[in-house]
Formats: sequence, structure tokens, C-alpha cells
Amino acid sequence: MVSGPGASLSEESTHDVADPAEGGVNSTTGKAIEGRSLRQIAWRRFKRDRVATAGGAFVGFLVLVAIFATPIVSLIGHPIDAFNNDLIDPTLGLPLGSFGGISGEHWLGVEPTSGRDVFSRIIFGAQTSIFVAFLAALVSTILGAILGLAAGFMGGWVDAVVSRIMDFLLAFPQLLFSIALVSVLPDSFFGLDGRLSRMAVLIGVIGFFGWPYIGRIVRGQVLSLREREFIEASRSLGARTGRILFRELLPNLAAPILVYTTLIIPTNIITEASLSFLGVGIEAPNPSWGGMLYDAKSYYQSDPTYMIIPGVCIFITVLAFNLFGDGLRDALDPKAH
Amino acid sequence: MSTPLLEVTGLQKHFPITAGLLRRQVAAVRAVDGIDLTVNKGETLGLVGESGCGKSTAGRLITRILEPTGGTVTFDGQDITHIKRGPLRDLRRDVQMIFQDPYSSLNPRHTVGTIVSAPLQIQKIPTPQGLKKAVQELLELVGLNPEHYNRYPHEFSGGQRQRIGIARALALKPKMIVADEPVSALDVSIQAQVVNLLDDLQRELDLTYLFIAHDLSVVRHISDRVAVMYLGKVVEVAPRDDLYAHPRHPYTVALMSAVPVPDPSRRDKAQRERVLLTGDVPSPIDPPSGCRFRTRCWKAQDVCASEQPPLTVLADGHQVACHFPVSDEEQHAAGSGRSAAAAQARDKIATVVADPE
Ligand SMILES: Nc1ncnc2c1ncn2[C@@H]1O[C@H](COP(=O)(O)OP(=O)(O)O)[C@@H](O)[C@H]1O
Ligand code: SF4
Ligand SMILES: [Mg+2]
Repeated sequence: MVSGPGASLSEESTHDVADPAEGGVNSTTGKAIEGRSLRQIAWRRFKRDRVATAGGAFVGFLVLVAIFATPIVSLIGHPIDAFNNDLIDPTLGLPLGSFGGISGEHWLGVEPTSGRDVFSRIIFGAQTSIFVAFLAALVSTILGAILGLAAGFMGGWVDAVVSRIMDFLLAFPQLLFSIALVSVLPDSFFGLDGRLSRMAVLIGVIGFFGWPYIGRIVRGQVLSLREREFIEASRSLGARTGRILFRELLPNLAAPILVYTTLIIPTNIITEASLSFLGVGIEAPNPSWGGMLYDAKSYYQSDPTYMIIPGVCIFITVLAFNLFGDGLRDALDPKAH
Repeated sequence: MSTPLLEVTGLQKHFPITAGLLRRQVAAVRAVDGIDLTVNKGETLGLVGESGCGKSTAGRLITRILEPTGGTVTFDGQDITHIKRGPLRDLRRDVQMIFQDPYSSLNPRHTVGTIVSAPLQIQKIPTPQGLKKAVQELLELVGLNPEHYNRYPHEFSGGQRQRIGIARALALKPKMIVADEPVSALDVSIQAQVVNLLDDLQRELDLTYLFIAHDLSVVRHISDRVAVMYLGKVVEVAPRDDLYAHPRHPYTVALMSAVPVPDPSRRDKAQRERVLLTGDVPSPIDPPSGCRFRTRCWKAQDVCASEQPPLTVLADGHQVACHFPVSDEEQHAAGSGRSAAAAQARDKIATVVADPE
């Protein structure tokens, strides 16, 4: 029959099962004191993923470039609005020299007609793209997390209303709406200059249309977490709703929120570039990648370098964010596939 | 000895089924549909029934995680059926729950220390020896290494996780613990250890248990009395030894024959004569009229469909809800306890299996 409890206790206590994938960490009794959190395990897993770390490193580099755009450009010594007529062929309006005028002085060449330094304008364009994409993602995440949490946790009519709004927004023609909105808004407001006003509008519009992506994920996660017994356990201890939301649910939502925030950033970069390309984003003479692409389309045969450079920037940035985001997802939730 | 700590009368829980945009109620799942139970101070009442019969719902009504649709729950002389928030929070200290699934009952993002100290923090229990020390004492009490304070649930085995859940339930020094299938998810070899631990803790800490299980063998060791549930109803309650020796309700007899026989010389015969429960459990949305077990009962008569058998006390002290309780003669007719019923069952429904697995 059953053995004495004393014996059985010590017997089972020695069978400490560590995550087998982690290869026997602290796997027996005794002195191993510090446990390893899921975050630490995810970090190890992430570090092993070369592609994702490369993407992450590039993302980090871009963020630094965006933050320090002004000092970088002044260090290089070519202000974004300085014309260089001496570098332009006066009859054709094209940069002198091959590949759009690339030289030791102008690393990415100069603009046709005006001769402005492309490298400086790319750096400032990066600032616009990164700031708009990040802040719009932040807006989406905050809205999506709050509304998704409310829908999943409260259920009932709250869930019904929030879910319908999400369906509606996901089906809404965001680009057309943005064009219409920007054309009726004043060029500057709240005392911000033209560039910052436009960035604020872009952040608001892109952020607002992005929240249902986060909201859906959060709602789904909450619906499944809500059924887990640890929520019930917390309730049976007398925990209030606030504690259940912030201490029990939120720590479990952090990983998916982080992953999907990272994954909507590249989408935001493309949206910002598209809007600027269509003339409703950042206005000339302020630089943006989408705006540069628009300018370049008149020269695509005579000066293809001018078109390739912003195109490649957008491509590499979006790729880096996607690789980083995918790597994060794999590291945080290896069962997601 | 037999002062009731918990008394349940006519307890009901109906989960509404809604449809359409307006979420009108179209039907209800009658998960618990009028049960009467008493649990005395210091005893263990086993609550047994097939999966889906409403055991967990009953447990959650008693711990007041759910609010009853009808009936009353009295704990320690206090009516807690519709208790308000404030007093409910105080009640949490006295009634705690151990959950079935050791993988979902512990928050994967919290350390053992956080999990076990949560009740003390939520209830603002002072810990003169310090929170960490208090948690370590609890870990020791349930046979875990107190140094594992900073570890995460995923670093433990199922049995150890269940011990963490037990430590959490004990933190508030409750009078009563509702254990909802605490060992069903564990390896058979670990089950006995956890049951033994609960048994020891009961003696040490003067606890009262409602111990839920889906088969009779698990509760046999620990229970003083056993209640059998079928489709939202209690069909039989009796002291443990009486119930195992003289099951009166046909459903109990059927459940009993699913219990593995420890004596190897009898095993072969017993296995051939198991009363198999054929057919599906009817839906709790639309339970059968009269006796709910009649669709699967080999003793069913016309009256079983028209009249619901009340839970009544028989001469031998069993509480049974059946128009035609199984008699000792039926049981002993063929010499061995369960053969008679089994033989009858064989005539009525195709039941006999010689599958050793
Ligand atoms: N929250 C709920 N909403 C609707 N139906 C439920 C809910 N909880 C349980 N049920 C239903 O009630 C019945 C009894 O469930 P439960 O108490 O979990 O049974 P057991 O623990 O005996 O397996 C089942 O039919 C189940 O589907
Ligand atoms: S009342 Fe009738 S159907 Fe129900 S268990 Fe008894 S004999 Fe069977
Ligand atoms: Mg259950």
C-alpha cells in the first residue's frame, strides 16, 4: 500500500525537474537558490538566435541615429537645407560625378537640382520614421492593451462593443482617411512647427488605426488566462480586481505585448513612408524617406541612385525590425509555431 | 465529534446559456441542482462522481468563488450563501481551496515565494518572523526545500507544484480546505504521497476537508464519509467503510466496479464482472425526468421516470436517492460483493469486459 509520509516526502523532493531544454540547471536538491525566471530563459534563447540579434543590433543602432540626428548632421557639416549648386550639372540639373555624386565629402551623393546632401537628409528621415513608428506603436499598445484587457476580462457587452469596434477599424480604409484628415487639418497647431505638427498627426492616425492589432492579441490572451486556475486561486484568497489585473494577468501579457508592439513598428514605418510619398506625411523641405522616394521618381532613369538609397533604407529597416520581432516571439514563446 | 462545520441545503448553480446580440438567456446548464451535504469539524468528506457531474462547481460554491443560484451554504453557523464582499474577504481566511491542475494553478511569472506569500499580503496577515521566514516555514510544512523560495513553478515537478498549492492554501491557517481533485493530474506513484501529506496536515493542523475525486479509490484512504454525485445531484452518502462494503445506489455499485481490486486472487474474476457504465452521461442542460440515473440504470422501472427519488436515510444509515436501493442479498447472492449487481447488469445492458487494461 502507501508508504509512510516521511519517507515519501524526502523521496519526491529530490526529483526536482528543471526545464529539460535548458540542460540540467540546478537540477538537484540543496544549495541551488536562485531560480531562473522565464525572462532569463527567453534572453538566453534570444542570444542564441544570430539573425534576431543582428536585427536587434541594427534596430538599436537606428534608434541611436534617430536620437542623435542633429549632432550627427552638424558633425558631418552638411546641413539638410544647404544648396550646393557647384555639384550640379547646370544644363541637366543632375549631380556631377557617377552614382548620384557620391564622394568622400557627400557619402550618399547629392540631390538632383538642389545639390543638398543625401546622407544628412537620410539621417533626418530616419529620425522622422523611427519617432513616428515608435510613438505610434506606443499609442496603439496603450489603447490596445487597455481595451483588450477590458474586453477579455469583463466580457459581456464591453467585449461585444470593443470587438465590433476592432472589426470596424480593421476594415476601415486607413490610407484614404489619413489623406482626407491631413488635407482638412491646419499646417501647424499647438504652437508646434510644421514638421512636429505633421509628426503628431501621423503618430495619432497611425497609432489609432493600429490598436486593434494589439487589442485582439491581448483580448485573446486574457480570455485564455482568465480560465487558468491561478486567477481563481487569487480570487479565492480575497484578491481585488486591481491585483488580479496588474499582478496576475499583466505579467503574463508583457511578452505578447512586447512582441506585437515590435512587429507593428515596421508596418508603421511603411505607412509613414507611404503617407509622405503621397504628400500627406512630412512636408517639404523637411526630409523623410517616403518624400525622398517621391522626389526621386522624376529621376529614376537619369539618377537611379537617388531612388535606390531611401528605398534600401526602408527595406533594411523594416527587415531588421521584423527579424528582431520574430526572434523575440520565438524566444518568449517557443510553442507559438 | 460531529459538530457540523459546513452545511449545504438545496444548493443550486445554473449557468445561463445566452444567444444573440442581446444575450438573452435561452437555457441553463444545471451544473449543481439541489444538493444537501454536511461536513463535520475535523472530518474528511469525499465527494465522488464522473467528470462533468458538478463536483468542481459544488466546491466553488462552497468556497464562494461562485455565487449560488439557489439553496443555502452555512459555514461555522454563518449563512454565507450571498455574503457581501467585506465579510467574504474574511471568510477566505477560513475556507481555502486546492486546485486540480498543478500547471495552471500557479502563476508562471511568480516565484514560489511570491505565490505562497500572496495570501498573507492580500489578507494583511502580520508575520512577526518576517514574510520570507513565514513562507519558508510553510514550504517546510509541505515537505519542500525552504531554499527554493526564489524558484519559479516551471522548475518543479507536478507533485512539488501541488505542494506549493497546498502551502498557499495553508498560509491563512484555514479551518476548512476544499481540495478539487488534488491528485488527479499526478502520476499514480506521486498520488499517495500527496494524499498522505494532506492526511498528516489534517491531524497536525486540525483541518476539515472536502476532498473531491472522480473515482472512489482515491478518496478511500483519506475519507471518513463519502458522498457520490451524479449529474448535479447527490445520490448516496455513507460512512466510508459502509459505502465500500454495502453500496446502495446502483450508480455507486457501478462506480465501485471501476475501482481496481487490490487482492490479486480476486482480480481476474472482478475484472470480468465489472459493471460498465454504458451510454453517455445525459446533458445537464436537459437532464432526464424523475431519476437522473435512469437512462443508464439496470434497475430502472416506470416510476423512476416519473418520480424523482429524494435523498432519504435508510435503516442502515446510508442516505440514498433511489426508489430501489441495491440490497445486501443482491450483493451477496453470488458470494462476492459486486458480482450480484454485476450479473444483473449483464442481463440488462451489455456490460461485461475482460479487458485487463
Ligand atoms: N462557468 C461555467 N459556465 C457554463 N457551464 C459550466 C461552467 N462551469 C462548469 N460548467 C458546466 O457544469 C457542469 C459541471 O462542471 P464541473 O463542476 O466542472 O464538473 P466536474 O468538476 O464534476 O467535472 C459541466 O457540464 C460544465 O460544462
Ligand atoms: S431510482 Fe430507479 S433509475 Fe434511479 S437509480 Fe434507483 S432504480 Fe435506478
Ligand atoms: Mg472538476
